[in-house]
Amino acid sequence: MPGIFIDIEVDEAVASDAELAQKLSEVCAVDIFALRNGKLEIIEDNLDECVLCDLCIEAAPKGALRVIKLYE
Amino acid sequence: MRFYEYEAKALFARHDLPLGARRVVNSADEARAAAAEIGGPVVVKSQVLSGGRMKAGAVRFADTPDEAAAHYQAVLPIIVNGERARAVLIEAQSRVAQEYFASVTWDGRAKRPVLLFSDMGGIDIEEVAASHPEHLSRTHFSSLLPVTERVAKEGIAAVGVSGAALNRLTPIVHRLLLIFLRYDLTLAEINPLARLEDGRFIVLDGHLDMEAEARSEHAALLDELGIDSSETRLARPPTAFEIEGARRNAIDHRGVAGNVVEFDGDLGLVIGAGGGSLTLFDAIRRQGGRPANYCEIGGNPSVAKTANLTELILSKPGVEKIAVMMNVVSNTRVDIVARGVIKGCLRAGVNPSEAIAVFRIPGSWEGEGFKILEHYGVAYCDRSVSMFDAAGRAVAKLGAG
Amino acid sequence: MPILISRDTTCIVQGITGREAVNLTRENLNYGGLKITGGVTPGRFGRDVYGVPVYDCVRDLIRAQGQPDASIVSVPPRFTRDAVFEALENGIRLVVVVTENIPRRQVAQMVELAGLRGARIIGPNCLGVISPGEAKLGGLGGPAENTRQAYMPGPVGLMSRSGGMTTEIASTLTASGLGQSTCVSIGGDAIVGTTYAELMPLFEADPATKAIAIYTEPGGRMEAEFSEWVRANNTRLPVVAFMAGRFMDEMKGMRFGHAGTIVEGKEDSSAEKIARMEDAGISVVERIEEIPVLLRRQLAEQGVAL
Repeated sequence: MPGIFIDIEVDEAVASDAELAQKLSEVCAVDIFALRNGKLEIIEDNLDECVLCDLCIEAAPKGALRVIKLYE
Repeated sequence: MRFYEYEAKALFARHDLPLGARRVVNSADEARAAAAEIGGPVVVKSQVLSGGRMKAGAVRFADTPDEAAAHYQAVLPIIVNGERARAVLIEAQSRVAQEYFASVTWDGRAKRPVLLFSDMGGIDIEEVAASHPEHLSRTHFSSLLPVTERVAKEGIAAVGVSGAALNRLTPIVHRLLLIFLRYDLTLAEINPLARLEDGRFIVLDGHLDMEAEARSEHAALLDELGIDSSETRLARPPTAFEIEGARRNAIDHRGVAGNVVEFDGDLGLVIGAGGGSLTLFDAIRRQGGRPANYCEIGGNPSVAKTANLTELILSKPGVEKIAVMMNVVSNTRVDIVARGVIKGCLRAGVNPSEAIAVFRIPGSWEGEGFKILEHYGVAYCDRSVSMFDAAGRAVAKLGAG
Repeated sequence: MPILISRDTTCIVQGITGREAVNLTRENLNYGGLKITGGVTPGRFGRDVYGVPVYDCVRDLIRAQGQPDASIVSVPPRFTRDAVFEALENGIRLVVVVTENIPRRQVAQMVELAGLRGARIIGPNCLGVISPGEAKLGGLGGPAENTRQAYMPGPVGLMSRSGGMTTEIASTLTASGLGQSTCVSIGGDAIVGTTYAELMPLFEADPATKAIAIYTEPGGRMEAEFSEWVRANNTRLPVVAFMAGRFMDEMKGMRFGHAGTIVEGKEDSSAEKIARMEDAGISVVERIEEIPVLLRRQLAEQGVAL
């Protein structure tokens, strides 16, 4: 089920970067990111658990990963 | 967590406290067989956690096995303080010369364990304390240093017991002190502790209470005694709603949300934390509201966990509105709770703006939380509205339909 | 002069690398005031948490940087007694125990050892101490900016068995223009290191404190002890108490709120506690917002300028 409060958009370059996917899965405290078959997978069930810590934004290239607040 | 008498005696027996011959029975036939095996007159005792079973007629004396079987049938259906019998204990009758009282508990003021001892056992100890204070001794002891027989001896001698009685009582009471500390009990009591006509001592009845926080440490013992980890052993057994709340709380370790106590009102409460919940529950009642439940949210639970709790509360028949309230929060986040309760409403198939009568959680991340609430049209208030007034708003909304 | 802590207090955090402790360390550093000189987590020597160096044990920490005044203990329940013993046996005189769900026997052992060593324990199951504008030791108020919003310096000494309600009451006082001298979250357990009555002599001797606000609830004898102290010592401080959990009187033997609240006898009930406090001349209110109103009136009657 997609999030109703939070969505995350990533550029295609980020989605296919296995190393970055690994890093994102490590920094996220609520398990939104996973590395699967060499690609980034976003675990939709966990999106609403996002605590807005911005650690994923800092881990990705500038502007390539966006956390969207669906209530704004 | 309170022990039944038969469980307490099973623990006493492991520590060599003197006990009469006894059997736990679950049918009239078993009662008859047990009485025959024990031989001689027996006492037939309903196994309930609350006091007052003697007054309720749930303790009877039988001279023959047939009489024991009849008494079994008689005591089993007796409800003592709203409580049904777990089983029946058949025990040999004793020829008692004198009854004593020995109890160990914590003294929160002294911050130490204390032994209470009296040579006037069998009757209400508060009454002894009031009318015969010289027959009740209080002896504090260390929880840090080894507990030797000295403590028991001083407590017994302090009420004037001497001679053979003192020397026979001392090791019994000493063992009670050791049991109290070893099993993290909050109460270890023998009452009556009887001196028989032949001078021996015997434990006639016992009460043990184990601290809830220590249950996991003593899991093996509880397992052997047949006490299931789901048994709360509070003043009344948990309802289906409460069991489901505990289950939902246990499947997600992130924070606390789900330990609910059910009430028969119509306003669902999503409230926290410990002191805040007590304050808010009072406020709702004072404002004329009828809570459907008590609960505590704390430790910043996940969105999923809060949603689960909200959904459960809204699933209760007759509950159409919930009040979401806390004291000013520091650790728990307003936005995370807001997400959780809204998600719970949606999952229960109701509109959050109608189902949430009031949202009053000021504090950490409140700006973000209020944005979410506005987006869903949920009525909220900040710290300028007191907990008491917020409760009033919730009750008023309910009255207005 | 606040009680218990000041901006000169040096403090360590035991269990500093744990999730809650990391947060607490950051909040305390950001609030300013006292100095967090080091932290302890066995096996984590050489790391740092927001610039605070981590050691394997308290003894190593002291060898490296000297004796601290205080420690915050934030470790899981099964390690807490050991951590507190470690602090006490290494000469630390003030130990704030944040951890909850510690069995009473272990708490009693910590408290007894503290007595033998001449030290003081605050907690367990507490959020610590704050002297607004001066220093904060523990989690009261949460992040620094939230803490500053809820707490401000002033004349009221505040004590509470509930950490969350400490901040609620402080926030209400602050909104009404009444600041706080020192606020102590004493912990919600049946046995705590320092009770209301044991803090009273400190507040009594503190020139900055002109009145006392206190959060109380059913269970235990702490309020009775407090009432006796107030009665016996003819305190100069007006006291206003808030009583929560009045509904529990109808539900003997059930457990609500803190571990310490279960009502076991008549003396534990809210009705009995209210009667005792009122007998001792303490005003007992039913709403938080009444606390500043009554405190102001009583201070005015005593001619204390605010």
